[in-house]
Amino acid sequence: MDLEKFKVHGEPLIYGAMISIALATIGIIVGLTVFKKWGYLWREWLTTVDHKRIGVMYILAALLMLFRGGIDAIMMRLQTAAPDMKFLDAQHYNEVFTTHGLIMILFMAMPFIIGLMNVIIPLQIGARDVAFPRLNAVSFWLFFFGAMLLNISFVIGGSPDAGWSAYFPLASIEFSPTVGNNYYSLALQISGIGTLITGINFIVTILKMRAPGMKLMKMPMFTWSVLITNIIIVFAFPVLTVALALMMFDRLFGSQFFTMANGGMDMLWANLFWVWGHPEVYIVVLPAFGIYSEIIATFSKKNLYGYTSMVFSMLIISLLSFLVWAHHFYTMGQGVMVNSFFSITTMAIAVPTGVKIFNWLFTLRKGRITFTTPMLYTLAFIPIFTIGGVTGVMLAMASADYQYHNTMFLVAHFHYVLIPGAVFAVIAGFHYWFPKVFGFRLNERLGKHAFWWIIISFNVTFFPLFLLGLMGMTRRMYTYSEETGFGPLNMLSFAGALGLAIGFVILVYNIYWSTRYEPRDTTGDPWDARTLEWATNSPIPAYNFAVVPKVQTRDALWSAKQDNIPLFTEEITKIHMPSNTGKPFILGVVFFFFGFFLVFSMWIPAIVAGVGIILVMAAMSFDRDHGFYIPAKEVIATEKKLRGETV
Amino acid sequence: MNKKGPLYALFLSLVLLLPGCSSLTVLNPKGPAARTLSDTIILSILVMLGVLAVVYILYIWVLVKYRAKKSNEGYVPPHEEGNVWLEATWIAIPILIVAFLSVVTVKTTSAVENVAADYKDQKPLVIYASSSNWKWHFSYPEEGIETVNYVNIPVHRAVEFRLYSFGTITSFWVPQLGGQKYAMSDMITTLHLSADTVGSFIGKNANFSGKGFAHMEFEALSMTDKDYQDWIKEVKETASPLTEDEFKGLLAMEHVGRKTYTSTHLSFSPPPGDHGDHMSNDGKDTDIDNGNTDHQEHKDIHPSPEPSSETEFDGEPHPEVDQPLPSSPVEEHTHHSD
Repeated sequence: MDLEKFKVHGEPLIYGAMISIALATIGIIVGLTVFKKWGYLWREWLTTVDHKRIGVMYILAALLMLFRGGIDAIMMRLQTAAPDMKFLDAQHYNEVFTTHGLIMILFMAMPFIIGLMNVIIPLQIGARDVAFPRLNAVSFWLFFFGAMLLNISFVIGGSPDAGWSAYFPLASIEFSPTVGNNYYSLALQISGIGTLITGINFIVTILKMRAPGMKLMKMPMFTWSVLITNIIIVFAFPVLTVALALMMFDRLFGSQFFTMANGGMDMLWANLFWVWGHPEVYIVVLPAFGIYSEIIATFSKKNLYGYTSMVFSMLIISLLSFLVWAHHFYTMGQGVMVNSFFSITTMAIAVPTGVKIFNWLFTLRKGRITFTTPMLYTLAFIPIFTIGGVTGVMLAMASADYQYHNTMFLVAHFHYVLIPGAVFAVIAGFHYWFPKVFGFRLNERLGKHAFWWIIISFNVTFFPLFLLGLMGMTRRMYTYSEETGFGPLNMLSFAGALGLAIGFVILVYNIYWSTRYEPRDTTGDPWDARTLEWATNSPIPAYNFAVVPKVQTRDALWSAKQDNIPLFTEEITKIHMPSNTGKPFILGVVFFFFGFFLVFSMWIPAIVAGVGIILVMAAMSFDRDHGFYIPAKEVIATEKKLRGETV
Repeated sequence: MNKKGPLYALFLSLVLLLPGCSSLTVLNPKGPAARTLSDTIILSILVMLGVLAVVYILYIWVLVKYRAKKSNEGYVPPHEEGNVWLEATWIAIPILIVAFLSVVTVKTTSAVENVAADYKDQKPLVIYASSSNWKWHFSYPEEGIETVNYVNIPVHRAVEFRLYSFGTITSFWVPQLGGQKYAMSDMITTLHLSADTVGSFIGKNANFSGKGFAHMEFEALSMTDKDYQDWIKEVKETASPLTEDEFKGLLAMEHVGRKTYTSTHLSFSPPPGDHGDHMSNDGKDTDIDNGNTDHQEHKDIHPSPEPSSETEFDGEPHPEVDQPLPSSPVEEHTHHSD
């Protein structure tokens, strides 16, 4: 067996990473053994089908990935902070920016949002779980092991290095002979299947499992945004699945879909990638719009302004998101007609997005605005995201894009869209819903400290990039010379990146601090909020609602509080719950090995793992476990305990 | 209160902008195409500053007026469903703005995709620019000259760059002369540039293409017609022809300095077909995709090798086994030094 191909050479940083991964793994194993937590971990987390726990695991994984991607970002900013830096070499830099993009979009933003979806959606629609709880566990474990597969590439065999968009022919075996892009095609494929299953699961959940009385146009805005997002997932992800499969065939089995010879078409990859890639942007941004809508309504103590136009603007955005992909390569020589079409469809997205901005501003108008941490992130989003939006319109103009394309101007633009449009949203949602899941709030003082560090540093990091782009600095350059004059602004940007890091460290410290010292909330509704998730206890019992609520208005809990309309009218009866299962976890593990063996073209083990996948799936299909009932007596006892009454 | 972040950045940017626009290469154009784009960019920035101003003023107003304070304690915000007229307003005005910018986009895109208006009556100088690994080859079919990593053009002259690649997708960009365009292995793309002043401009590959990407730059030098003719004469006297072996060696190298030859590689390694061939398969249709109908005629005027559309797009293997170089870059295999 040739061990040489597993090794990654030369870099002290990589050896450091290997050692820290090894130490962390040993630490976790020793810790679990010493505290006798293996059983707890298996029973309560690895085998769980509870949407809340799955959501929490998604968010934990996302936070881990946020730090991995953040370290990548700091390494990039450090390498470009001054002319002719020698911190990273070209190959290493290329790997770092590629994994930064992949991790931040696919393994940070996506799981963070899917995690919040998991925790909140069933609660918000008054359901006991998602439609297919076991599939939900399958989704999570496929995502998780896909992410792990990509992450080990850093220390085993080498990371992908052709950019997160992996354009062919650069990503072909001819120009990228390392296993890096094999990891790309397989890790994304495995986690992508998980995402596709999530999409189906949540569409069914939202369409079929709403509480009685909750008509479509009475759904909370976050639920609407998630429904639309999952529709986009179901239409967009199959394109990625196919594209990645073709890529895998090209790289592993010598097919010629995207190669330069024998009729292969490199431009086809670019098209397929962006047919998925552009809707992907809206997959992370639309739920953010939903989160902001909930937070703005709650903290201005008003219902959402222009609910109907909010819903329709999201529907129009989802439709347009599939009609704009070619704006990622105006410079491919399609000519005036095609570029004009895509310019107009792209700029058209500004209209429904503008509608949302104005509706939010008018929700705030006549409200009584309180500046809590989640609200601060929401309020910071509006002006910053608007900069991202207007620069988006500027980039949409095909002619002008000939000058922005591939420059730092573009990099600045999409960070101005994605950070306020997705990252601030998940942080806001995290602070907002944290007390629902854990029963206590995150500390406001520390939260605001982190907020100011993050907001100011964000602008210091990314605003200079607009100017660098106009100065002619292209993206993905690992170094530049003194004469270019790019030095000072890059140094400023690096300083900003350090500030962002401080902000995120404070944010995580706040979780630790609040866990120890923050007072517990016994009301279940600490923010005086409006929607159903706040109508149950915090932390949430396994069955979510002892009695299924009856909904009459849009802000169901708010009207219940204002007009004394009772939400829960029925008697407590026994509750049907799904049983835990270890099979999704095992399926994830087998998929991980299947992917790993394919990456290294180890055919026999790969075939064995492939058969293993089929066997686990077969075992799941023949599973006759129909769940169990929680007796009414037990439910009543739990409810009393959660309300602090003695049993 | 939380306006500080963005305001801080805006202030910072103004301070940095003050030293002058000259360091902002893109807004310091030296040719008609770049000028059109620079004007477009500045126009769009102004429109967008207007949009930002409206949003920011509204934003500051609601935050100042409706924030929770002692004086409005006990105030119960009203229930508001929305307002058809207000919502129609913020649908209609953005539509007008987008419509206006769409017209600008179509006009300027069409302008830069064609020979600049000032140079319409000239026969463009055709230069093939092709990339391999991390260097650029410039072939002058009319003059029979080939250079590597630098390109000389006469000032005040329409130049038609025909772009393609011997490997990964690259993007040919001389910011001060005009926008960028991809160079790809399986089709030719066309870029029209001209220089209004004599001078040296940085050109580069803007599209990430692997390890040597950061150093893939060239010099575009615009010179007076006389200097240009002198340069051609000098090249003819001092340089030697580009042989197939020499070219093969060049392709294999990762980086090279400047090179000059008295013949082009086009004779033994013709470029791929253009976009028109791709779209219509017969290559005879009007070249709508490049927005330029003259372009077809020039192909007849110039003795440059006609793209052999059937070999490149269908990708048939070249029949001549003993030919050392492939007939098109499509079949070119890469040469990694490692």
